[in-house]
Amino acid sequence: MVYLTRKCEFSASHYYHNPEFTDEENARIFGKCANLNGHGHNYTLEVTVKGDVDSRTGFVVDLKELKEILNREVIEALDHRHLNKEVPEFLTRIPTTENLAIAIWNRLQNKLTRAKLHRVRVYELPDLFVDFYGEP
Amino acid sequence: MKAHLTRRYIFSASHRLHSDALSEDENRATYGKCNNPYGHGHNYALEVTVSGQVNPQTGMVCNLVDLDDAVRREVLERFDHENLNQRQEFAVAVPTTENLSAVIFNILKQSFTAAHLERIRLEETMMNSFEYAG
Repeated sequence: MVYLTRKCEFSASHYYHNPEFTDEENARIFGKCANLNGHGHNYTLEVTVKGDVDSRTGFVVDLKELKEILNREVIEALDHRHLNKEVPEFLTRIPTTENLAIAIWNRLQNKLTRAKLHRVRVYELPDLFVDFYGEP
Repeated sequence: MKAHLTRRYIFSASHRLHSDALSEDENRATYGKCNNPYGHGHNYALEVTVSGQVNPQTGMVCNLVDLDDAVRREVLERFDHENLNQRQEFAVAVPTTENLSAVIFNILKQSFTAAHLERIRLEETMMNSFEYAG
């Protein structure tokens, strides 16, 4: 079993707001992130896949194919978007880094043909990241 | 859904690696430059990883403000700009980064209970890092 990690970047805006909370609760729980005008980040995404090395190609995964999947499923959908307003998963869910990692996992999960998805790591900032392994 | 959240912090401290259980020669042979009598310092980078179910109401494993407060109060205020050898945590133990990792993990395990403490990772320099998960 070999693990391969591919890295890419996207930039997006978001805010945190739960309509079930009062304005005071939203402000207390989400702090500056509750500003409804939104703010943005340069996100770094690391996708790790795992699998046996194909003896004919020496590959765990065709990187060209992985790159195309990442571009199509993640970058085109999220890059230079407002997550709350333009990305279906976040019309009803708060676009925290936790939920972003889960959404990206779900977007990628059934798209890989050979290797298996192992981990999605999303950096919101260089000092803050979330890992999701598909655990329930 | 269970997610892992990691936050990175920086603190600076000095130390000297010296064991009372070893002779002067053995200390020098074991610790090399790190045994120099007046100590030296590092910019440590601490990564704290917590895990838990993502709260459906907040979208969070835990509130980052609470984690930041706990790490600042319990770890950074304790060790930042301090001489580790003078701290009571290292009255007996040698302040290697192995031992410092275990000390920090155990402090956070006690003081931060809003999510499960998965592990900590401590970089002593860009070249050395240590992980401790209890």
